[in-house]
Amino acid sequence: MTVKSDIRAEADRLRAAFEARGAETFEPQILQPAGALLNLYGEEIRARAFVTQDPLRGEMMLRPDFTVPLVQAHIINDRAEARYTYAGEIFRRQEDDDTRPTEYMQVGFEIIGHAPGAQAEIAADAEVFATIADALNGLPVTGTIGDFNVLTTAILGLDTPRRRKDALLRHLWRPTRFKALLDRFSRPAPPVPANADLNIPHVGLRSPVEIETRLALLAEEAKTPPLKTAEVDRLMALMAIRSTAPAAVDDIKRIASGDEDIVDAARGVEALLDALAAQSIDPASLNFEASYGLTALEYYTGFVFGFSAPNLPTVATGGRYDLLTATLSGGRLIPAVGGVIRPDAALALKVAA
Amino acid sequence: MTIKLGIPSKGRLMADTFDWFGARGVTITRTGTDREYAGRVDGAEGVELVLLAAGEIPRELAAGRIHLGVTGSDVVQEKIARWETKIAPLAALGFGHADLVLAVPKTWTDVRDLSDLDAVADAFRRAHGFRLRIATKYHRLVRAHLKAAGVTSYQLVDSQGATEGTVANLTAEAIADITSTGATLDANHLKVIGDVMHKSQATLFQSLTADLSSKDEELLADLRSKIRV
Repeated sequence: MTVKSDIRAEADRLRAAFEARGAETFEPQILQPAGALLNLYGEEIRARAFVTQDPLRGEMMLRPDFTVPLVQAHIINDRAEARYTYAGEIFRRQEDDDTRPTEYMQVGFEIIGHAPGAQAEIAADAEVFATIADALNGLPVTGTIGDFNVLTTAILGLDTPRRRKDALLRHLWRPTRFKALLDRFSRPAPPVPANADLNIPHVGLRSPVEIETRLALLAEEAKTPPLKTAEVDRLMALMAIRSTAPAAVDDIKRIASGDEDIVDAARGVEALLDALAAQSIDPASLNFEASYGLTALEYYTGFVFGFSAPNLPTVATGGRYDLLTATLSGGRLIPAVGGVIRPDAALALKVAA
Repeated sequence: MTIKLGIPSKGRLMADTFDWFGARGVTITRTGTDREYAGRVDGAEGVELVLLAAGEIPRELAAGRIHLGVTGSDVVQEKIARWETKIAPLAALGFGHADLVLAVPKTWTDVRDLSDLDAVADAFRRAHGFRLRIATKYHRLVRAHLKAAGVTSYQLVDSQGATEGTVANLTAEAIADITSTGATLDANHLKVIGDVMHKSQATLFQSLTADLSSKDEELLADLRSKIRV
């Protein structure tokens, strides 16, 4: 059993290692205004975070992560490219499993606001991954990577209207709902409901115009042909890829069967593996899972990764979150990628070694 | 020692509960004045009556401060996380039936199921700049139901009463509440969508956390055999 002071010392050591790599330390308040977090994550966050009430400031949350306050600070201070680190407790409410901790330490390394473009993205992704891998050097952990770009490319390439692609993209994070949508779009659309009975009074803020607009959309939907079976099968095959990283690249190219956009996405993964190899990380030592991170609370958009060991909570996780920075900044492109280590898990591995 | 039996302190639920026990030979009567929350139990030995607000009975059972209690299964599931580890249902009593449902304006002809609601919630958020509001007092049950269905762009707003009126009052776009006949929903121009989230009825529960001496166990077994549960 490790004591808290040991975990704190490990966290401080990791943070110092990140500072040595050019990161500045960020120290947010534990109590965060609930508004931004609710807006970002929706009602689901209430089941996962502790909400409390301040008579003057309104609803507050015990921080469920560091990334949101960090991105907010980066935006408010109008910063250019910067590297950040932090170490401290985060708090997660557990409604279903009382064996999971409600507070634990996290140490993070994040790059926010780097140059846009594929080259700069790959360089930043590789830097974050290598920095976290280096901090865990010598521990018996397995690295797994994924890249949402592979799946989003396949979805955007479907022969179907943009509104269906958007619905699929919005639910990529919720596997059950995603599958239900795919099934729905793979069958002929149901008939359009009749217009409202004019004798029924309309109540509520959602206006009759909004209802008519959606009925028109449903009429269009009823005329839309189902998704092609071959395209759905290809998407499912891509989602199911779990292999060593170099083999996964071959799998993606094979499943793409000539689709240039998906082949390009595979080349993107290949370029990342090359960048990792240049940082002395052997791509053959990594797993690739196309659906990795799909059930996470976070809003990852491209590269994702994790390091795990048997019988321990995931030791480190991370990824690219350009959608989160865009949402918090009112739509600006602020490329960002980062990762966190759980020092308690890292320490448990050290003690066991 | 005694077995503490928690019963709702007023209204139809109290009267029906008294009748249910009475029909099984255990007579519960209020004592003192009408306003005094005291009573007695005849026909079973060592049972102490505790009159409580129906909404507080789940908490008292979970904490082990009463051994038995009668309340709606909806409030138990709403208020107590992992309730089945702390409270066991002994018998459904056959009254106090109510269904927890989600309802939207009847004029929303484009919303037939939760999948439609999800699409509408997303469009609503883009049009109005905030998440579609669902008024309810059943936060946990509604959140779990919508999560399972993959509905996302919504927010819950707390409503402890007159929930069906919130839509017309423009403080919510949809509601989730219990209904028995649907008459209140209908009168407020609302229709039910999706499955019933929870079918509730008055239920006799036993606390799994309350201390029981060996004498208490005998008393409890005696009461349970008399009321045949």
